[in-house]
Amino acid sequence: MSTKSTTAARAAAEPTTLALVCLLAWLLPGAGHLWQGRRHKGLVFLVAIPLMFVIGLLLHGRLFPLEMAEPLVFLGAIADRGTGAAYFIARFLDAGAGTVTAVSYEYGNTFLMTAGLLNFLVVLDAFDIAMGRK
Amino acid sequence: MTSHFLVLMLFAFFVSVVFAVLLRDTPREQVRTGALMLGGFVAAAFVLGWLMYPFPL
Repeated sequence: MSTKSTTAARAAAEPTTLALVCLLAWLLPGAGHLWQGRRHKGLVFLVAIPLMFVIGLLLHGRLFPLEMAEPLVFLGAIADRGTGAAYFIARFLDAGAGTVTAVSYEYGNTFLMTAGLLNFLVVLDAFDIAMGRK
Repeated sequence: MTSHFLVLMLFAFFVSVVFAVLLRDTPREQVRTGALMLGGFVAAAFVLGWLMYPFPL
């Protein structure tokens, strides 16, 4: 890591900046990396994670509601929301209702949830960069 | 899209790409790690598929 990027990472370790990086990284996958100058990584996440989410919708996956009574559904709902803005856009467009009878239904769910969980890891990585750990 | 193998490959590809880029810093290492992970996913799917073959649904 160069001296310049190390300095930039340390300077970014203020609570407000950290919160902004995490929020941005969650809303738009890869945006946290792009903001911190990790262009290559950011672009890969920006393409791969939303594409995975869209494939999940095309496979008739379901965006689960936050139902506390059903623990597994609740966990699935948390994972679905990991993709940030893409989730809210899909809900706005009435996508993600899920077709239980479709042969690809479970595959779709897996793509949707995995996209969200991967983005949580990307957010953590952006946080580590902002803290100067990477 | 109902090809189970195609869906498996797509899933393995995306997960491998994201993990490789997260874990490694240079493009060369990322390609190597991604290819290894993709191969591991596909190999594991075939091995598990054959192991489950004798069991009825």
